[in-house]
Order: sequence, then C-alpha cells, then structure tokens
Amino acid sequence: MADLTTRFLGIESPNPFWLASAPPTDKEYNVRRAFEAGWGGVVWKTLGAEGPPVVNVNGPRYGVLHGPDRRVLGLNNIELITDRDLETNLEEMARVKADYPDRALIASIMVPCEEAAWKAILPRVAETNADGIELNFGCPHGMSERGMGSAVGQVPEYIEMVARWCKQYYDRPVIVKLTPNITDIRKPAEAARRGGADAVSLINTINSITAVDLDRMAPEPTIDGKGSHGGYCGPAVKPIALSMVSEIARAEATRGMPISGIGGITTWRDAAEFMVLGAGTVQVCTAAMTYGFRIVEELCAGLSDWMDEEGYRSTADFVGAAVPNVTDWKNLNLNYVAKARIDQSLCIKCGRCYTACEDTSHQAIAMTPDRVFEVIDAECVACNLCVDVCPVESCIDMVPMAPGSLDPRTGRVVSGEHGDWTTHPNNPMAQAAE
Amino acid sequence: MPAQPQTGPIAGRLPAETLAANFADLHPPLSAHEARVAADRCYFCHDAPCVTACPTSIDIPLFIREIQAGRPETAAREIFEANILGGICARVCPTEVLCEGACVREAAEGKPVEIGLLQRHATDSLMARQGHPFTRAAPTGRRVAVVGAGPAGLACAHRLARYGHEVVIYEGAPKPGGLNEYGIAAYKAVDDFAAREAAWIMGIGGIEVRHGQWLGREVTLEALRAEYDAVFLGIGLSGVNDLVVENPALEGVHDAVTFISALRQTRDLTTLPIGREVVVIGGGMTAIDCAVQARALGAESVTLVYRRGRDRMGASRWEQDLAAQRGVRLLFEAAPVALEGEGRLTGVVFERMAEGPEGLRPTGERFTLPADQMFRAVGQRIGETSGVETAHGKVVTQGCGRTTMDKVWAGGDCAAGGDDLTVTAVAQGRDAAEDIHGSLTE
Ligand SMILES: Cc1cc2nc3c(=O)[nH]c(=O)nc-3n(C[C@H](O)[C@H](O)[C@H](O)COP(=O)(O)OP(=O)(O)OC[C@H]3O[C@@H](n4cnc5c(N)ncnc54)[C@H](O)[C@@H]3O)c2cc1C
Ligand SMILES: Cc1cc2nc3c(=O)[nH]c(=O)nc-3n(C[C@H](O)[C@H](O)[C@H](O)COP(=O)(O)O)c2cc1C
Ligand code: SF4
Ligand code: SF4
Ligand code: SF4
Repeated sequence: MADLTTRFLGIESPNPFWLASAPPTDKEYNVRRAFEAGWGGVVWKTLGAEGPPVVNVNGPRYGVLHGPDRRVLGLNNIELITDRDLETNLEEMARVKADYPDRALIASIMVPCEEAAWKAILPRVAETNADGIELNFGCPHGMSERGMGSAVGQVPEYIEMVARWCKQYYDRPVIVKLTPNITDIRKPAEAARRGGADAVSLINTINSITAVDLDRMAPEPTIDGKGSHGGYCGPAVKPIALSMVSEIARAEATRGMPISGIGGITTWRDAAEFMVLGAGTVQVCTAAMTYGFRIVEELCAGLSDWMDEEGYRSTADFVGAAVPNVTDWKNLNLNYVAKARIDQSLCIKCGRCYTACEDTSHQAIAMTPDRVFEVIDAECVACNLCVDVCPVESCIDMVPMAPGSLDPRTGRVVSGEHGDWTTHPNNPMAQAAE
Repeated sequence: MPAQPQTGPIAGRLPAETLAANFADLHPPLSAHEARVAADRCYFCHDAPCVTACPTSIDIPLFIREIQAGRPETAAREIFEANILGGICARVCPTEVLCEGACVREAAEGKPVEIGLLQRHATDSLMARQGHPFTRAAPTGRRVAVVGAGPAGLACAHRLARYGHEVVIYEGAPKPGGLNEYGIAAYKAVDDFAAREAAWIMGIGGIEVRHGQWLGREVTLEALRAEYDAVFLGIGLSGVNDLVVENPALEGVHDAVTFISALRQTRDLTTLPIGREVVVIGGGMTAIDCAVQARALGAESVTLVYRRGRDRMGASRWEQDLAAQRGVRLLFEAAPVALEGEGRLTGVVFERMAEGPEGLRPTGERFTLPADQMFRAVGQRIGETSGVETAHGKVVTQGCGRTTMDKVWAGGDCAAGGDDLTVTAVAQGRDAAEDIHGSLTE
C-alpha cells in the first residue's frame, strides 16, 4: 500500500484528494463527515465579505447533461458563494481545523477588488488557523455581474494586484483559482506568479447552458420562466481542464509553479492524469456531489495500487512526469507512420469503423459481401477515428510502420529520422537544416 | 387431507388469480427509462445484420435511435412503414432466431439489443394515441378482394388501401386477425391485442371486412375474379394433419389448434377443461404453445413428445427452454403408435425412434405414458384452394406472390416461400400488395 501523504506548499495532507470549494464544503457538518470519510483536505466554500451574505435562487440551481442510463456527465450551477454569514463560517472552520490538524483546510475567499476589503478579511481568516487561502477568481455567474469572480479572473492585472495584497496581509500560502472562461490560460497564471501567489488551482466552472426546455422556451435550470448561464463542471470538462493544467505546467513563465488540479475528476485515474501533467494535489466537486463522500476510498485505493504497480514511493515521484511529452504540434514527428489494424478475432462486425471512415474520413476500410472489415493500407492515414468509434476495446490497433518499409499510401519509404514541420519542405518558414 | 386431483379433462383446476398470473404478459413492456437504457445499447450498425434478419426489413438501428432521442412515436412510424403489424410482431416474433439472433451484441456478449421489446415500446406508444399514422391516397377506383383477415391479408389490405384502392376482405371466421386472434399463445398477446390491432389497421379507411364468408362456400374464386381487379389469398393453413395410430377415436383426444383457439376465445379460463396428465404430440410452435398453456391451466403433468431429436424441432431453443421452465417435460425420438382406453383415453403407447442417415426408423422398443388428454400438433395444411395450383401443400407463387392463375396473388402460410411465421406472412402480404398495385397502375 503506497504512502499517499502529500506535501503541497508545505501543507501536508494524508492523500492528495481535496474537496473543491463548493456545496460539499459549505459547512462544518459536511466537512467533518468528509474528513471522517477520508478526504485529505478541503477548500471551504467561498467566503464573502462581512455583512449580509449573498442570497441564492430558491428554485433549481443545477442543470445536467446525462449519458446513458442517466449517468451524470456534466453539471451546471447558478449557485453563488456561501450564503451563510462570515462569522459562522469562520467559527466552524476554526473548530474543524482544531479537531483535524492532519487535514488540509483552505479558505476560499471572494471579496470586492479593493485593498480594504482584503485587508479586512485576511486577519480574520488567519485566526481560524486555516492552512492557506484560495482566491476565487473563477465563479462565472452572478458574482461576475458584481465585478467579482471571473470578472477579476479575466483581467491579469487585477489578479496580480489582489495576489500581492494577499501576500502582504497574510502569511500562509496563497493559491489563485483560475477561471477557464478566458482565451489563454497562461496569462492569468503568469499574473498570479508575478503577484507572488504560491500556486494556482484550476479550473473553475465553464460558462454554459446545459439544455433548453422546448416547452417553456427557456434555458435550464429555469427559474419562473427564465434561465441564466451557469458554470459547467463534471466529467465533461476534464479534457479542457487537463489541457489548461498542462499549458501552465510547461510554459516557461510558470514552469515549476505548484498546481492544484480541478475539473471532472471522478476516479483515481483521472486524478493520476492531472498529477502527471503537473498537479500536486487534486480537487473534486461533481463526483462527490453525484456519488457522495465515500468515493474517496476508491480514489485512494486505486491510486495507491497503481503506484505500487509502477514502483512509485510517493506522489512526488510522478507529479509532472508527463509534462515533457506535451509539446507543440510543430514538433510532432511527421515521419512517424502508423496504420490501423483490425483484429478479426475480436471484431463483432458492427461496421461502425466502415461508416465513419467511408462517410467522413479517408475511405480506407473495405467491407466484403459477407461483412468482413479490413483496412486498406494504401488509403489509411492513421487518423484513429475507427479506433475511437469501435465498440470493442483493443479491436483496432494503430500499428507503427517499421523504418525502411514502404508506405503504400504515399509510395515513400518510412524514415527512421525525426522530421517535423519546422524543417518540412512545405513549410515556408522552415529553417534549412545546416 | 387434500382431495386427490381428479382425472379427465375438468375445468377449474386452478383459482382465477393463479390463472391470471400464469397467462400474464410473457414479456412485460419496458418503462420509458428502461427503453432508453435498452436503446442506448444499439451500435447503429452499418448494413445492420438485424435488418437483414428481419423478414420485413424494419430499419432497426434508425427506429432505436429515435427511441434513444426521446421520440418513440417517430420510431413507431418507421416500424409501421415497413410492417403495419409491427405491434403483434414485437410480441410473437421468435426474435432469438431473427433480428436479435443476428444482432452483433449477441455475437459479442450473448446479450442482444432487446429489439422486440423496443419495437413494442415504440408501437405501443403510438397506438396508445389511437390515431392511425398514415393517410390514404386519393381513391383510384380499383377494387381488390382479399381472402382471409390474418396477418398476410391485413398487411396486403392495408398497403392497397394506402395506395387508394378499395379493398373488401372476405373472412370466414367471426373475428379478424387470423392466428393472431385464434392461434398465438395467450400470454404473447394479452389484453385483446389482436382485435385492437386489427381495428387500428382499419383506421386507414377504404377496407371493408365481410365475416362469415368462406371461400368455396359463401363465395367462389370465380365470382371474385369476375368482380374485382385482383384477388389476394391469405387463407393460411386451415387443415390439420392426421396422426396415424391404433384406436384413434377416444374421448380426450384433440387437435392442438382447436384447443388453443377455444382457449383464446374463452373469457373466463376457470371454465376451460384440462386433463390431469396431458400428452402433446409434435415439435413445432403449436406443440410448445399447447403444452405450456395446458400446464398453465393446471394440468398436473404435461409431456411433449417429438419423434425426432431436439435439433430438428421446429420450435426454437428459446421456446423449448420456455416450455421446460414452465414445467413441461420434453421427450425426443419417440412416436405414438396406439392409444389406450375404453371410450376415454387412459394412456398413449410410444415406440422409440432412431434417426440415422437413412431417415427415421422405429426401434421396436415401446413404452406407455398414462394420459387423460392428448393433443395432436403434427402440422397444419392448406384447406380450400379453389383450383389455384399448389405444390408440396402450398400455393405455387412466383415473384411477389403471383399465382399461376390470372389476377390471383397469394401470401402467408398458404403460399410457398415463407417460414410459417407472422412476420413472414406480413412481408408476403405487403409485397404482394406492392405487386398488385404495380399491375393495377401499369
Ligand atoms: C398455435 C400457433 C402458434 C403460433 N405462434 C407463433 C408465434 O409465436 N410467432 C410467430 O411468428 N408465428 C406463430 N405462429 C404462426 C403464425 O400464426 C402464422 O404464420 C401466421 O398467422 C400466418 O398468417 P396468415 O395470414 O398467412 O394465416 P392465418 O393467420 O392462418 O390467417 C388466415 C385467415 O384466413 C381465414 N381463412 C382461412 N380459410 C379461409 C377461407 N376458405 N375463406 C375465408 N377465410 C379463410 C382464416 O379464418 C384466417 O383468419 C403460430 C401458429 C400457430 C398455429
Ligand atoms: C454547485 C457548485 C458550487 C460551486 N461553488 C464554488 C465556490 O463557491 N467557489 C469556488 O471556488 N468554486 C465553486 N465551484 C466550482 C468547483 O469548486 C470546481 O472548481 C468545479 O466544480 C470543477 O470541479 P468538478 O468537475 O470536480 O466539479 C462550485 C461548483 C458547483 C458545482
Ligand atoms: S437535493 Fe432535492 S431534496 Fe435536497 S434540497 Fe435539493 S431539491 Fe431539495
Ligand atoms: S468498429 Fe470494430 S467491431 Fe465494428 S466492424 Fe469495425 S473493427 Fe469490427
Ligand atoms: S445488430 Fe444490434 S447493435 Fe447493430 S443495429 Fe442491429 S440492434 Fe443495433
């Protein structure tokens, strides 16, 4: 059983699995039960400034995208930050931290973009003995209309400024939570680093409308006949989050900056994927909201078994391990040639590969009258579409051609040398090899 | 001490509640959610083998996709376009040897997409609205006589009516539906489905049904050919094959089809007599249905005896297993040679048979099964044919149901080429209608 103990910004937690700032971490009752269930840490539901708290809608606040059998693939919400008053939250945080000193407890904060507001709240948070703070610059709905959340997160200069205030008035780690509702995720991350933030966490939710009610002619969730865009999360956002994490992990300006990965993490494998792309811890929301706190048992057991199999002694051994292999398209080896190969013993003759290739790709799969499907090497560009649509795992394989063999599609001999776009003859910008 | 079960066919062996349970829907309908889940399993295959395996070539992947997209009624239209009796077919088709048997997921995991149940979900959804989904073309003034209101006749009549031709169905029996009404096992078509479906099909308009009109009695083929532009024969197999045994004329010996027909027409099953020890002779669907329903009525033991081996049985393996699950004993390679009893049947004497390269051969070894009731289910044959050419007990047809007699088409069980299944009867009726339409509009 591998040791999952994780150190992130000097904060130790028994495992890298934290609950993201959201309803699962909204109050003492939830957080105590989460810790009892085994979660390594929590980011408390985002706190607002002193005074009357925000209010939430009193109708549906979630919309959903279902997969087969009503499996939750994506969730969207129009919930705001905590709607309980600051004092209550702070008292509860202090009590919970005192009772669970071995767990990470991070305070998430969103107050107006004014120095006074941050200066006022930070000492209060420090008194709870929380291990650090996370600045919520991500919430894409409601709060952004009031100049907070993603409205700040979309302006790198604001991020830098607020991060600097936080480092000035607070002496524990500062994490900046990024909004994905931006064109280039590296810009806010760079700003956070410039402002002195210790880490970034990402992603927060994505602007979305999950569905439209065709009877009421209104987006869902619908409140009294109207709907508003909400924040999207859950398994559907994982690919977007993974890419954003990897961009920050490999960019020169942000390389080495600790990352807490968030977005669609549902199983240990999702978590491992975030971690090898550079995340030191991961945060989970939708999966917990769908299945409850107990999923942490599967997350821990799965990750630990995988680590044992691979010989990793601690999470630090593999965090970032895949980052060197994330590159720009222009560096991909254009001399690498593969061909799809159908394993006839596994093929169930559904013909999906045929339709996909025939209708929308390269007409590289042939069908015999008795419905045997074979790849035509002279046409196959190895696009992988057939592999993706085939219902049988491992039935179609992408087999690399050995250097020296003849590619029947191009009539050229497969080269063993690396050759990419930067030196390709068709590239007008190519630098001639010296 | 409980009373000794009585011998001899008697009524009321089981209380009404038990009978209701025994005759309940064999495959209860899917709920909307179950249907979505089942529909999600379909791969939307290219050149789908399930479609090839459906005698009416329903576009199965397309209709399943429509269910998946939340439009079961759109799916039903797709089904009815190919097979207007898609409702009964969803209930009675031996899907294990047709569409589901060919489904790629049967090959992959032994668990096919539940095509039959999905088809039922779609067709039920549409029929529940009672609206007929098609509109009739403008009347053409051409008139066609259809003989027999079974699946073949109904499918033919509907397609012709859609094209605007005027159709008169001549049916001997008092109700339409053919074997859907009088033959199919009760638990496959509950809640009077056959009658409801026939009435719903008539919703197209332009079809008149005349009951009590037997061809060869009330009406002649000559007269029909003279009066109409075309005649379609969908008269099924109304004769019953005989069983050659010693001492055949005992009380307690019946034809299976007569028994099933009576069962189907009995409202209160507590009034239907059944034996205590029942023997069924035969190996087809009729034999299986007869045996299962005899058990369901309360027969203490039911033994189905087939003269050949299991593999040669006409009933599918699925049907055989159903019978076994319902407590029917299946005996193979034995043929009845004599009936025992004085006035009333008391036993059936069998001889063991051996199947070799030279055919079926009696072994001389005999045994007796006690029986107070026996059903013959050794095949049906064609009845009245009014001079239309037949061969091997079927009306000879070429192409789409054309007989060798001018202006006369035939389809369904009475015609050559089908599998004696509801769905093949529908396909033949439909295709004959297309051919008739073609010849009328030439
Ligand atoms: C007991 C039993 C169980 C079966 N179970 C199944 C099953 O589970 N699944 C399946 O697919 N198939 C089953 N079949 C077969 C299926 O019922 C037939 O293949 C199908 O009904 C044939 O349709 P048809 O229209 O050709 O004939 P029929 O259904 O036999 O209809 C013929 C019609 O013509 C009428 N008719 C006959 N002679 C005349 C005449 N001289 N004048 C006027 N009218 C006449 C009859 O009254 C009847 O209405 C079963 C058959 C039997 C006997
Ligand atoms: C109902 C709901 C409320 C949320 N509230 C907050 C919040 O107050 N502060 C915050 O930083 N993120 C909030 N989030 C975003 C989550 O913390 C997380 O970033 C996002 O859901 C992506 O992770 P997931 O795919 O595991 O759900 C909320 C998410 C949901 C679903
Ligand atoms: S989960 Fe259901 S029951 Fe619970 S608060 Fe929400 S709407 Fe009410
Ligand atoms: S998609 Fe896969 S299973 Fe289907 S025909 Fe192609 S190779 Fe065979
Ligand atoms: S063969 Fe099975 S999976 Fe393929 S289209 Fe037909 S029902 Fe769907």
